[in-house]
Amino acid sequence: MANDQSNSANPNVNLKYRRKKNAEEMKHQVITFTLMIFFTLLAFLAVAYDGFSHWFIVPFILLLAAVQVAFQLYYFMHMKHRGHNTIALFMYSGALVGAITILTFITITWI
Amino acid sequence: MSTYAQKKGFGATVWDYLTTVDHKKIAILYLIAGGLFFVVGGLEAMFIRIQLAVPDNDFISAGLYNEILTMHGTTMIFLAAMPLVFAFMNAVLPLQIGARDVAFPFVNALGFWLFFFGGVFLNLSWFLGGAPDAGWTSYASLSLHSEGHNVDFYVLGLQISGIGTLIGGINFLATIINMRAPGMTYMRMPLFTWSSFVVSALILFAFPPLTVGLVLMMFDRMFGSNFFDATAGGNTIIWEHLFWIFGHPEVYILILPAFGIFSEIFATFSRKRLFGYSSMVFATVLIGFLGFMVWAHHMFTVGMGPIANAIFAVATMAIAVPTGIKIFNWMFTMWGGSIKFTTPMLYATAFIPSFVAGGVTGIMLAAAPADYQYHDSYFVVAHFHYVIVGGVVFGLLAGTHFYWPKMFGTMLNEKLGKISFWLFLIGFHLTFFIQHFLGLMGMPRRIFTYLPGQGFETGNLISTVGAFFMAVAVLILLINIIMTSIKNERVGNDPWEDGRTLEWAIPSPPPFYNFKQLPLVRGLDAYWVEKMEGKNGMTPAEPLGDIHMPNSSILPLVMSFGLFVAAFGAMYHVDDKSWAIPVLVIGLLITFGAMFIRSVKDDHGFHIHKEDLLDDDDKGAKA
Repeated sequence: MANDQSNSANPNVNLKYRRKKNAEEMKHQVITFTLMIFFTLLAFLAVAYDGFSHWFIVPFILLLAAVQVAFQLYYFMHMKHRGHNTIALFMYSGALVGAITILTFITITWI
Repeated sequence: MSTYAQKKGFGATVWDYLTTVDHKKIAILYLIAGGLFFVVGGLEAMFIRIQLAVPDNDFISAGLYNEILTMHGTTMIFLAAMPLVFAFMNAVLPLQIGARDVAFPFVNALGFWLFFFGGVFLNLSWFLGGAPDAGWTSYASLSLHSEGHNVDFYVLGLQISGIGTLIGGINFLATIINMRAPGMTYMRMPLFTWSSFVVSALILFAFPPLTVGLVLMMFDRMFGSNFFDATAGGNTIIWEHLFWIFGHPEVYILILPAFGIFSEIFATFSRKRLFGYSSMVFATVLIGFLGFMVWAHHMFTVGMGPIANAIFAVATMAIAVPTGIKIFNWMFTMWGGSIKFTTPMLYATAFIPSFVAGGVTGIMLAAAPADYQYHDSYFVVAHFHYVIVGGVVFGLLAGTHFYWPKMFGTMLNEKLGKISFWLFLIGFHLTFFIQHFLGLMGMPRRIFTYLPGQGFETGNLISTVGAFFMAVAVLILLINIIMTSIKNERVGNDPWEDGRTLEWAIPSPPPFYNFKQLPLVRGLDAYWVEKMEGKNGMTPAEPLGDIHMPNSSILPLVMSFGLFVAAFGAMYHVDDKSWAIPVLVIGLLITFGAMFIRSVKDDHGFHIHKEDLLDDDDKGAKA
């Protein structure tokens, strides 16, 4: 249900439309894939290059990682498509609960 | 009728239940296994109360008392309350949303068998050198120093049954999200389904911390690591945090389904729509969410510091708000209703003041400075028994009476039901009310005896008398069940006559495919809506067609049995037994072999053909 792209029972009706959709989808995947490889290269370069301090490298790599996770979820695992609201809700509420727990440990209580 | 409903011999029936993937039969398995463990845990409670009835008692020794006390708590929470909750979720939830089964019937069976073998493993400790004796919380500073295999049984048994619970929860989530009947929007779901939904989400998020904690504990005790050993650079408090990050949501996992059952009962027997349905949903979700923000209130005296204590105290008190919303909604549901005091309704009515009493002491305990006084005293024991017995157990007993006709097709005797209700209610308050005062007078919890002249005699004796009332009540319930089963007077679709939700629109017990045609849901309390328009049953949402059903399978049992065997290997490995590692390997091979078979062998299920379904109609059965 959630992954059903077609909005007609007859597959021939929308064939042209779906062809176009799929081509566009493929383009997105290739672009994001290239970007992800590029980000990985950037991460390695940032570590290899001597001129940067740790205070730049660590947040920079984490930022790249976050973007990669978003690409992974939204483009490769199709979360940008319709019908993924419940999944998003669960993922984000889980992440929120986890984040609050970690925040608790690093701010107000010792382990 | 075709081959589906022939009379079967005893052996065939047993085989049927061992291999079943039908949610209604799995519900019965959960009910039987949970009921069995409930009786075991109850017996342990009776031993505790007999030991404490008089001062300086030597009915059981101190060491054995620790084991009985630990097993009482562990059994009641993990092996009685959880599976009984799952029994009702399995029995009712798919029917309430108009589904033919849960999303993954095979996984559902696997969940049951994992729980069952975990529970059996835990209880085998009684015969294999002694049961766990570090309390149901099994704090690492204590449990790491427990000699013998006692705590190993706890670690491995709970790990196995915990996996079962986790996959059961995921299964219900998938079911509710994907398998609602046409027209069954989220805001038309009955409240029991809603609370099961929130509970399944809590299971999804709360059980992994327990799994992690148990894995660390397993490595500490069996494979030589030092996660919790402060002398070797570990930290014993990590266990407490992990346990309570799981443990606090766990108590909401138990109470929310009870809230759901009560919501159904209040609406049914007040013959009114549930007051403030949307605020009930909101409150349920909010309780679930806040349940993750309060775990450290179990650890006020650990020494987390004033800031942590203050924040967790306030967060804990905040939970009283959504709970209060629910309490008032239930009372407003009754207000102006045409109330029928059946046994379930009696339990529901008695639940309100009992649970509120437990909630009030909860607020007292949430006040961190005051908690230093209450901590580890019988006041805490009184508090959590008021919420768990007065909430969860009342809910489960109410649910047993309420859903019995839907699960088994017979009505429990109302007269015996009411007798057992009154005995249980009186016994419950007699047992636990006095314990508040015992605690305030200074009686520590988990203590195996006390001296005469400390002022604890009368209170403890009263408490023990109350426990016997509860035992008699449970006995009468068992007699009631046996009598009802022997008499076997069949009832129709809607034996309470005021059923509101979908499950009452189909026969009791429902046919194995539940709905011949999926029903069209036209509002909250779908069946009630149709009744009010003078219709006999639900409007079908689809033409009659072939129904696809899953095949039965023995593999869930085999997979779980493999882990059960492996657990023995892991445990006796500590003693340098030569057979331990082979047993571990064989057990894991059984499990992974069964998983491999499941993955490789195609199992497409079977179809019930339209003609067979039409056949049923001719003989007078209704869908």
